[in-house]
Amino acid sequence: MRLYHITTNTASSVALADIPVVEYVDLYNDLKERLADSRYHVAHYFAQEIENGLKFYIIILDDTRSEVLISSFEPDYYTRGLASLTAIHPQFHPFEREIHELYGVPFDQHPWLKPLRFSHDRRDKQSTMDSYPFYSIEGDELHEVNVGPIHAGIIEPGAFRFICNGEQVLHLEIALGYQHRGVEGEMVRNQNRLRQTLIAESVAGDTAIGHATAYAELIEKLAGKTISSDLKRERTVAIELERIAMHIADTGALATDIGFQLYQVACEALRTMTINTTQAWCGNRFGKSMIRPLGTNHPLTVEKIEMIRNNVREIRRRYNEVRCDILEAPTLLARFEQCGLVPTAEMASIGGVGMAARSSNLRRDIRATHPSGYYAEEFKHEPVMKSHGDVMSRLQTRMDEVLQSADYVERLLSTYTPSEKLPAPDYNAPLAPDSLSFSLVEGWRGEICHVAVTDSEGNIAKYKIKDPSLHNWLGLAIAVRSEGISDFPINNKSFNLSYCGHDL
Amino acid sequence: MLVKLFNTLLMLLVALSITGVINRTRAILAGRKGIRFMQHIYNVGLQLRKGAVYSPTTTILFRIAPCVYLGAALMAFLFIPIADLEPILSFHGDIIFVAYLLSLSRVAIVLAALDTGSSFEGMGAAREALYGALVEPALMMGMATLALFCGYSSFAEIFSTAQELNTNLTVVLLLVAYVFVIIMFIEAGRVPVDDPRTHLELTMIHEVMCLDYSGVDMAMIHIAGWLKNSIFAMIAANAVAVVICFHWWFAALLAVLGTGIAIGIVESLRARNKLVRNTTYILTIVAMSALVLLTGFLLIQNIEI
Repeated sequence: MRLYHITTNTASSVALADIPVVEYVDLYNDLKERLADSRYHVAHYFAQEIENGLKFYIIILDDTRSEVLISSFEPDYYTRGLASLTAIHPQFHPFEREIHELYGVPFDQHPWLKPLRFSHDRRDKQSTMDSYPFYSIEGDELHEVNVGPIHAGIIEPGAFRFICNGEQVLHLEIALGYQHRGVEGEMVRNQNRLRQTLIAESVAGDTAIGHATAYAELIEKLAGKTISSDLKRERTVAIELERIAMHIADTGALATDIGFQLYQVACEALRTMTINTTQAWCGNRFGKSMIRPLGTNHPLTVEKIEMIRNNVREIRRRYNEVRCDILEAPTLLARFEQCGLVPTAEMASIGGVGMAARSSNLRRDIRATHPSGYYAEEFKHEPVMKSHGDVMSRLQTRMDEVLQSADYVERLLSTYTPSEKLPAPDYNAPLAPDSLSFSLVEGWRGEICHVAVTDSEGNIAKYKIKDPSLHNWLGLAIAVRSEGISDFPINNKSFNLSYCGHDL
Repeated sequence: MLVKLFNTLLMLLVALSITGVINRTRAILAGRKGIRFMQHIYNVGLQLRKGAVYSPTTTILFRIAPCVYLGAALMAFLFIPIADLEPILSFHGDIIFVAYLLSLSRVAIVLAALDTGSSFEGMGAAREALYGALVEPALMMGMATLALFCGYSSFAEIFSTAQELNTNLTVVLLLVAYVFVIIMFIEAGRVPVDDPRTHLELTMIHEVMCLDYSGVDMAMIHIAGWLKNSIFAMIAANAVAVVICFHWWFAALLAVLGTGIAIGIVESLRARNKLVRNTTYILTIVAMSALVLLTGFLLIQNIEI
């Protein structure tokens, strides 16, 4: 029996009729075996309300063969619960929790069936932030420390509940869901695609280009159109610039958290240079308005190419100096090495993605495993991998990726002469009816996955967004176990996960 | 009497200037223009004009702690001479008195932090109490070394007679100065032990204990901090001045520039310790001051090994 529709990240959208509707028990048994191999991981798992109940879609990535496996099922969930996949593969936990929260679907044996993000359309309105069931441990020696939800700094709301034995953290529970933005609902309520693009750019402010690219690719697949190689090239430059800017910013932030002023100010200056380059290109420092479906409003000119190349060359040179100094700074190494370990096996079991996974020696990089756009054409991307899985590894991954991305930008632009005029964005291209389209993009943080299901008239009926943070928050909780509580900030910064990317 | 008043005024100037020198050094090393030299004083002036907000869970303990903290620091401050000048207060055995005044100020702020019932402040208080207990032997042995040289046990007498010592003790005195500078790093909550600039409650030590204070109370805590800094800076500067140039202007300048620039450089060019390593760091200083005391004793008694 066929369990999956197999496709790739470069193929066009999938007709809903092509996706097999299977029995949950068959899918469950298959996934139980399949996901034991870390070449597979779940990219998305969600339910859509249909006339008589719910239809579930599940998207699994096969990293080795660059295949995307899509399956669906329509269970009679009102009579009995679904067997929980989280009990076997923890990487399912946010997806099952979300389905449970939104539709009240019971999952048997789910070890952690807590609310995920308290969205307005949740099923149990009695379940609020105030009644969040925090995990607790009894003991005279233990004490609880709650950080948040209102953060003293400038970052977003999230509650971190530590259970500590003295200075040592025994357990950290991260409760998010303080921002009720209803992004996914807004993408469906509003079929104006310019507005949808703007919403996509705002999913996570630090990944504006990443999420906008994911949205644009998804629409292009649904519209059945391909974009020119030049446009793909420019998008690649944009997303690599975003990666450079964020990785440099995080290098500086890590230095700030250990009170190391020298690297902090050096990185702050370089990050400003990078985002100013983006601003000089498209008018916004975070690359908003840069990416638009089927075209662009800001095509590169010869002068802009020259400007970007000069800036990136300078940034690369100066950042490399900082990088070499960091690798030889004993007080910094003493803080970062052997701190916040996440072993490869644990990273695989929680479904870690992106640079955090690569720092734990888990090869998860959409640019290499499921390339799309320019990566699929001209590039053979080799991911930066580190083996220790500690804070230092995550910093080194960042540092190496900055250099790699700077080299990519140079390579992409040095051979580029903008010959033809790039098309203006098209917000009205008809979309394929009754189809499912997904896009996978490697943002600076990791794998971004957008999925859309269209109705019979080609309108978007369901839109699902997944920021890599959704997978990786659990990685942070694992990293700080048995660490000193005062090392939590550097662990947090080494992951630098998104609150708003989680609280859609 | 005039000399004593001049001594106190000069000490006050030293206390007010050290933070400015630290800020300026950091700014220069960061390649920035930096804030005004007196900005920290303006900030405290602003706080002095504001009212205070108190958490309803706190008791009278929380309210009187800043007064005790400032009072104890101010009292200790009045015992410190600048090189050849004389302090306002002085009696036999005042070095012990000063040490206990400093401990009293610590106890006050630790109790106040515990009084708030906040988990952050509880952790900060635990850290402060631990490091305070660990650093105390270093302080005592440093002072004991000074007392040993002169046979006196008050700051005024120690530094007025020390310049007649033989040159063998130069190295020992310089080491005493070093120990006092490091004690100042620890007491003032500077890098590498603590970071006064951090915004991360989980990593704070001194700052987290003051989280619930505002307005006048916060200003008093800041002022007490400056006074405590100047005490350690001046003891260290005096120890160096004894060896090099025993004049009040030299000692005062050295206290401001020496410690200010040292802290500024350290804070720019290195990371904080991992918190669990702080105990090792402090114990190293204790061991060092024990070594200094022993060496001083052997030299004074002309014992050769």
